[in-house]
Amino acid sequence: MAENKQSAEAIVSDVHKKIRAAFEAFDFESNNTVDAREISTIVYSLGCFPFQKDLHDFISQVEENHSGYVHLDKFLPAMTKVLMEHKFPPIPEDLLLQAFEVLDKEKKGYLEPEELTKYMTQEGEPFTQEEMDEMLTALADHEKNHIYYKDLISQLTIDPDM
Amino acid sequence: LVCNGPLKYVKLTMKAAVLIQRWYRRYVARLEMRRRYTWNIFQSIEYAGEQDQLQLSSFFSFMLDNFTHSTHCDLPDLISQLLDPVVDPWLDRETCYNLIPVPESYTGPRLSFPLSVSDTNALLSAFKEQQTLHARYVLQLLYETKKLLKQMPNIIHLSTSYTKEITICGDLHGRLDDLLLIFYKNGLPSAETPYVFNGDFVDRGKKSIEVVILLFAYLLLYPDYMHLNRGNHEDHIMNLRYGFTKEVMQKYKTHGREILQLFQDIFSLLPVATVIDGKILIVHGGISDQTDLDFLSSIERHKVGGNKQPTLILLPSSIHALSTHFYQLSSLLQVVDILWSDPKTQDGCSPNTFRGGGCYFGPDVTQRLLLQHGLQLLIRSHECKQEGYELCHGGQVITIFSASNYYEEGSNRGAYIKLGRELVPRFYQYQVSRTTRKLTLTQRVRAAEGSALRALKEKLFAHRSELLAGFQQYDLNNTGSVSVSEWAQVLESVLRLDVPWRTLRPHLTRLAPDGSVEYQSCFEDMGPGIPLPQVTPNLAETLFRYRTDIEIIFNIIDKDHSGLISTEEFRHTWRLFSAHLGVDIDDRAIDDLARSIDFNKDGSIDFTEFLEAFRVVHKLDNKDQQLNGKT
Repeated sequence: MAENKQSAEAIVSDVHKKIRAAFEAFDFESNNTVDAREISTIVYSLGCFPFQKDLHDFISQVEENHSGYVHLDKFLPAMTKVLMEHKFPPIPEDLLLQAFEVLDKEKKGYLEPEELTKYMTQEGEPFTQEEMDEMLTALADHEKNHIYYKDLISQLTIDPDM
Repeated sequence: LVCNGPLKYVKLTMKAAVLIQRWYRRYVARLEMRRRYTWNIFQSIEYAGEQDQLQLSSFFSFMLDNFTHSTHCDLPDLISQLLDPVVDPWLDRETCYNLIPVPESYTGPRLSFPLSVSDTNALLSAFKEQQTLHARYVLQLLYETKKLLKQMPNIIHLSTSYTKEITICGDLHGRLDDLLLIFYKNGLPSAETPYVFNGDFVDRGKKSIEVVILLFAYLLLYPDYMHLNRGNHEDHIMNLRYGFTKEVMQKYKTHGREILQLFQDIFSLLPVATVIDGKILIVHGGISDQTDLDFLSSIERHKVGGNKQPTLILLPSSIHALSTHFYQLSSLLQVVDILWSDPKTQDGCSPNTFRGGGCYFGPDVTQRLLLQHGLQLLIRSHECKQEGYELCHGGQVITIFSASNYYEEGSNRGAYIKLGRELVPRFYQYQVSRTTRKLTLTQRVRAAEGSALRALKEKLFAHRSELLAGFQQYDLNNTGSVSVSEWAQVLESVLRLDVPWRTLRPHLTRLAPDGSVEYQSCFEDMGPGIPLPQVTPNLAETLFRYRTDIEIIFNIIDKDHSGLISTEEFRHTWRLFSAHLGVDIDDRAIDDLARSIDFNKDGSIDFTEFLEAFRVVHKLDNKDQQLNGKT
């Protein structure tokens, strides 16, 4: 019993360390404060896949009275809860593949940039023009300008363990 | 995802889109995180390098303190000449540039003074075509620039009422491409397009000479519309370390020394500040709570070095009045603060330990100075910013940085400011891209990361013995591993670099199955170039760590730039250097080393080859290149 409790504490302590490290990367003046606009990057980098709506809710939860800043003392417990409860789990690769296949109506095995642009900028939680441009540059094969989604999923989902 | 009829299909498409968007946004955020870490690494290493300046400067003063004892080597004389030119920068040097013959075969620009627009245009085209300006014209240009600068005050006062808009640029660091891009986007300097360049024109980049020649040429052409502030890199000690001296010596083998001496004079004659409409102060670094613009206006700026170490040598044999000492020292400190300080968010003023000179100044210091002199804005440079510019202190301080891709391809944008009569700054950004194919975000982040990690690994390797000693303190049973926290702690205390060690751990070292760090793996994929048989590990590591300083010292000794120094000189210098460092190296080890390097036994050492041996080899480089072949 005592062993179980210890390992639970160890897990929480590990989680705290990870959260702190991610937070510190944006704590430019080393005063345990980050700009609220960086919170999404931090949350994503900790392994979470939230919807935009979830992110907005989370940020308003931890932000300091609409100041635009977030303190570590509010962020740490909130983020720990998110991680321990697996609130924003990763998207399984096969689900992602299915999603692309839904969009690839003609079952070509790839998407044209115009196709992808239409979906990304008009459906769901739409991309801005900037996000779209960056996505096309990042994902499009530069010879044929096609987006071969099958290859991309495996390539881009692999992350070094942070 | 289940499809049940046409209406459901529409919903399905939306669901699919949302999923992909989520996934992609997360991917981009991860990249951004990696970019941030990489930036931290570069910046930490850069500032730590500047701190190392202290090492070299104090070594020089150590040498000079001891010069009465060394009768065999005239190295100390060389150094004292270099550090404290016997000739006052104000005085005219003997330059016989008109006696230097320019061969018929020379196809570069042939300048005629006073300069005209056709001369500056010729320079622009020549430099775009990778041509080098002939030494004769370089010397003449520098000679004329020096004459002009002697007439200028320490602080230049400009007015927008005579001009359309003033353009203010930050650090260029020898990046000709960025300068040309600015001229292309914004226009060449002229009555309609006046410029202020805020220091750090040279060092680090490969085209410092071309950059500074263009700037001086326009200064001569339009002295009323072209203004240059001094930066902390407009200083001969910095130039020795950060590449300008080397660039001059390589491009101008015969007249390099003379050219450098003129540059030294010119740098010390550059104004230290510019004020626009009595409202906007422009300096390279920043301010301190001691900054006094009136005092700054009155000092003899050419007598004051920009180097932060007050080892401006007062020759031991001469006796100076105490008041002169004090005056020199306070002038020096004023200038050092202007050239080296950085803003910080907290109130107050503290020594800038990161850089080793100048201060960190808070918003209250800015507020007080601006109020005191009726100013409304401070524009400064000195720090690389991802967007090319940044505001702080509630908008009272602007940092402007004009060298894009400073750390690595894609690391940052460059920017310049345009200021009209209403004195509201407008920012213009740009980024020079060397490759015709636009790199993806992934490629850019990967490239920068690779570069930063390599630099970091070199640091680890350079401090190997100290690190191992640190690890062994935690590993009393000699298991070869320590916990992640212990590992991070050792690194923090030995290297004193402000980087997130725990997060970077996966890139730097291996874990044992039980989750502890196998610390020897830090050094695994690094090794010295050519193993020198008689060199002890300690010596190899010390030589590697101080290789930049050693190179500088050798460059000083090698008067004729032949690449060779005598074995005797090598031995003597090395003994002094190691004595200064407090490193206990056996005399015999040095002699063995000298002998083993002198391959042809003729009494001289090709020190370029010698340094090659201590260049670090990245053993995994080839493998990495293969893996990175895809994207």
